[in-house]
Amino acid sequence: MGKFSKKKDSGTPAISTASLPDIVFMLLFFFMVATVMRENGEKKVTVRMPSADQVKKIEKKSLVSYIYVGTPIKKYQAKFGKEPRIQLGDAFANVTDVGPFVLKEKAAKREEEKPLMITSIKADTDVGMGIITDIKEELRKVNALKVNYSTKKGDVVTNFNK
Amino acid sequence: MAKRKLQEINAGSMADIAFLLLIFFLVTTTMESNYGIRRKLPPPEDKNQPPPPVIKKKNVLEIVINGNDQMMIEEEPADVKDVKNIAIEFITNNGKDPKSSDSPQKAVISIKHTRETSYKMYISVYNELIAAYNNVRNRYAKQKYGKPFEKLTEDEQKVVKDAFPQKIAESTPKR
Repeated sequence: MGKFSKKKDSGTPAISTASLPDIVFMLLFFFMVATVMRENGEKKVTVRMPSADQVKKIEKKSLVSYIYVGTPIKKYQAKFGKEPRIQLGDAFANVTDVGPFVLKEKAAKREEEKPLMITSIKADTDVGMGIITDIKEELRKVNALKVNYSTKKGDVVTNFNK
Repeated sequence: MAKRKLQEINAGSMADIAFLLLIFFLVTTTMESNYGIRRKLPPPEDKNQPPPPVIKKKNVLEIVINGNDQMMIEEEPADVKDVKNIAIEFITNNGKDPKSSDSPQKAVISIKHTRETSYKMYISVYNELIAAYNNVRNRYAKQKYGKPFEKLTEDEQKVVKDAFPQKIAESTPKR
C-alpha cells in the first residue's frame, strides 16, 4: 500500500498560469491593431451590403469619403420615416448635400492626394436605384468620378436568397 | 544597515487587466470589409460637347431591368446567372453572328434601369458584366502572354485592356 499512498501525495501539478498574461496581451495587441475606430461616429442607417465577387480592395482608407444609404435605424424612424435615407458623416442628409460634402472632404486633403480621392457608396441591398442615381448625378456635378460600390465578398446569387 | 529585500510587485492581476482591455477591443472591433466594385463615372455633361457618335444597334447589348427586378437582354427575358455568358458571347463575337457585335472594341453594353430597381439587382448585373470582361481579358492574356491578367506587367495589361475595353453605358432613369 505504501507505494500507492506515495503517488497520491505528488498529485497532478497545477498548470502554471504565469504565461496567461502573455497570451492575453498577444490577443489584445491583435485586436488593438485590427480595430478601426469609426471616424464617422454613430451609424444612423442600417446597411446590409450586397455580395459581389469581382471586387477590389481599397488600399488607402484615408482617401475615401463614405456615403451611407439605408433605412433609418429604429430610434430615428419616428422622425425620419422608413424610407431609405442618406447619411453623410454622422448626420442625415439630402441628395443636394452630397456635392458639398465631397468637396469639403476633398479640400481637407493635400494637393497631390486630391485626384486619388474615392467616394465609397455603402448602400443597403434593398434600396431603390433612384436614390443611388441621384447620388451619382451629384457626384458627377462636382467631378468626383471615382466611385466604389461597397460590397461583401461572395457570390451574387446569395443576394437573392431571403 | 539592514538590507531590506526589494518587494516584488504582484503580477497576478495583470491577466485581469489585460482581459479587461481585450474584451473592450473585442467589442469595439468591427472588421470593416473594404471591398467594392470600382467604377468611373462619366464626366459631367457639357453643352458644347459634340453629340456622341452614332453606334450601330448590333454593337450594343441592351440590358433593361424593370422595377420588379426582371431583366430583358436584347428583348428576351434573362436571369442574373445568364448575364455573364451572354456578355462573353457578345463581346467575343467578332462579326460571326451578323446580329451581334463587330469587334470587342466596338462592343458596348448598355444598362437601363428604373428608379425602383433594387440596388442588389444592379450590383449583381454589374458584377456579372465585370466578370465577363475579366474572363475574356484573362483568356486573351493567357493566349498572348501565357499568364493570367493580374500577373502581366503594366504595359501588357494596357495592351489587353485596349483589346477588350470595358464599355458599359448607363442611362439615367427619368424622374
